[in-house]
Amino acid sequence: MDRAAARRGPPVDGRAALKDGALAGGVALALTLPLVGLRTVEVQSRLAIEFHLAEVAVTGLLVFLGRLGLSLAAGGLPGPVLAAALAAAAAGWLLPFPTETLRVLALAGAAVVAARALWALHNGRDRLSRQDRDRRMDRLGARLQDASRLLGPAAAAMAVALPFLPFADRAVLDLGILLLTYIMLGWGLNIVVGLAGLLDLGYVAFYAVGAYSYALLAQTFGFSFWLCLPLAGLLASCAGLVLGFPVLRLRGDYFAIVTLGFGEIVRIILLNWADVTGGPNGIAGIPRPSFFGIADFTAAPEPGRLAFHQLFGLDYTPLHRIIFLYYLILGLALLVNLFTLRIRRLPLGRAWEALREDDIACTALGINRTTIKLAAFAIAAMFGGIAGSFFATRQGFISPESFSFIESALILAIVVLGGMGSQMGVVIAALLVIGLPEVFRDLAQYRMLTFGAGMVLIMLWRPRGLLAHREPTILLHPRKSASRRQAEAAEGR
Amino acid sequence: MTTIPDHPPLLAVEHLSMRFGGLVAVNDVSFSARDREITAIIGPNGAGKTTVFNCLTGFYTPSVGRLTVTHSGGHWLLERMEAHRIARSARVARTFQNVRLFGGMSVLENLIVAQHTKLMRASGFTLAGLLGLPVYRRAERAAVDLARYWLDRVGLVDLADWQAGNLPYGAQRRLEIARAMCSEPRLLCLDEPAAGLNPRESAELSQLLTFIRDRHRIGVLLIEHDMSVVMTISDHLVVLDYGRKISEGPPALVRRDPAVIRAYLGEDEDGDGDGNRREGSGGW
Repeated sequence: MDRAAARRGPPVDGRAALKDGALAGGVALALTLPLVGLRTVEVQSRLAIEFHLAEVAVTGLLVFLGRLGLSLAAGGLPGPVLAAALAAAAAGWLLPFPTETLRVLALAGAAVVAARALWALHNGRDRLSRQDRDRRMDRLGARLQDASRLLGPAAAAMAVALPFLPFADRAVLDLGILLLTYIMLGWGLNIVVGLAGLLDLGYVAFYAVGAYSYALLAQTFGFSFWLCLPLAGLLASCAGLVLGFPVLRLRGDYFAIVTLGFGEIVRIILLNWADVTGGPNGIAGIPRPSFFGIADFTAAPEPGRLAFHQLFGLDYTPLHRIIFLYYLILGLALLVNLFTLRIRRLPLGRAWEALREDDIACTALGINRTTIKLAAFAIAAMFGGIAGSFFATRQGFISPESFSFIESALILAIVVLGGMGSQMGVVIAALLVIGLPEVFRDLAQYRMLTFGAGMVLIMLWRPRGLLAHREPTILLHPRKSASRRQAEAAEGR
Repeated sequence: MTTIPDHPPLLAVEHLSMRFGGLVAVNDVSFSARDREITAIIGPNGAGKTTVFNCLTGFYTPSVGRLTVTHSGGHWLLERMEAHRIARSARVARTFQNVRLFGGMSVLENLIVAQHTKLMRASGFTLAGLLGLPVYRRAERAAVDLARYWLDRVGLVDLADWQAGNLPYGAQRRLEIARAMCSEPRLLCLDEPAAGLNPRESAELSQLLTFIRDRHRIGVLLIEHDMSVVMTISDHLVVLDYGRKISEGPPALVRRDPAVIRAYLGEDEDGDGDGNRREGSGGW
């Protein structure tokens, strides 16, 4: 890919770069030989091994060249490397490759190397140190925090206006509802994980409790959605208390493992208590929400009931209910956000953050860890439960499958990627984690690959999350902006 | 509260023993600390000083002994109370040998968290606060005022909005004392507050502690290795060695006590080490 650069011979650390490239190429060879090089095929109903050594060799070579290009670009030769990468990309277009996948990989690799070289050209020769990069990102985070005074309301206004924008069809609204559900869950979990610092791996349990509460209450007693919503929240928060008690004494990893277990216990109960929950068949035919109990979203309402389009004198379209659901989840999510923003400025919220920072010092200041932790658990569970009952009414059908561990992991990923405790971070991370895979559904199996790669990259570059900057909840000198203070602190005065 | 001899002291420690398995970290120690006095506990490394502190503040439950705090017409038996109750009701505040601040929070927030109990009540256990009632806003303003007072005392007003973890070490130590004072204690327990400070900072610390004693009229209990601090400011000394009390009295007297001299000369005492000579003597 950068044969030119390699031939010219780098001045300083060429040997090291070559060695490094050879090592990477060797690892690639060792990995691809069994995975790609040997393939079992069926020849006349018998298994035979087919060799694809050309592909292995090309892969090894590509990895070697790519790695070499990267280290040379970082090591002071960005210009030649850039030229070589571009040439390699052009050549990759024309050269015969054993498979098309390899061609795509070669082009992508050339693009990455070229980007790295451009970056090095742009930033001068030396690499940014990790600290510098962190500081830059922190500054960006602080600036974003300053901007979020405007950004938050602007994003909220965008969200409110969305159903009336010209491109808002059913698919967009469905995606919006999905996103907002995860944003609400992320904000709910953020209370436990981001503020109180308790790593909860079983948050989906409360989501499930809320969903089943609504489904069962509505089907058994015929309660309306608007009555069930607070009830589901209440029941989920009771579940939070019940699950919270035994894990109170645990910390860190042990806490995480036990909550993981509880999440699974709830799912397994739902799966096996078939008399009540319908077992693996789930519950179908969950009632849809009405328009605040006044009107229904149907084309032809039952006698004595009013339909939404009649109430407002509109033509019937099924989109009405989708738009209503969209606004419902938007309202619920914003409620959680408002609550969190508010509680961070209250003693309870500050005590949560103090608990996250140092629980022993908390005790020494007269803070009762037990009640504080339980409060965090119960409140987060309540929001999870409310989101769950929304999920149930939107889907109309729930089964234990929807509440597997992967959901908990996804919500946790949103919170952690966004930057623990950052409200805006949760929104951005939800867009990345939920939005992108949905948008790129056409890429089929590659979307999960890129999703994984993205997660790894963020963890490498921003281990504390995208927006890790934390703004104090109260200021003695309020005139200075967040970015100003951050810069001052970075200078170290 | 005047120092009438038979008036109960602020803190009475009677026959305190703390055993960890077969190891006796504190062995039948009795002493008392009075209001408006600085009482210092000194002794070689591993003498059981921090263990006494951890018993006092509820982090350990003593094996034997009674710890009584008496003030404002009430008395509390610390050995039966949970740690957060000791801080909240008996109003005993403490600092830690290795500073324990809320590093990710701002300096001011550290001091506001210290006033948790008071503010929690004012916020109607969060409900009134959520509704934004004026009761809570007034209480918060008062809390900020108290915080500003102590920030001013320890010279950190300008850095109030900094992340506490970013402060230099000496400032972190001062902040920890300010935070303990913001919880409005009647007995302030300081675990080696001068550790790692330079001579000028030590002198400032001495001033701060005498100020707290004289102006705020509370009792101060002090573990300290820095003899320049201990000898100048303490009113009463308790000397521990191998978990036993070997001497007690005013500094001038204790200094000449042969038992104390023996304990110190027998040890390689360089005044600033904090390694534990014996296991389990409470390394916080």
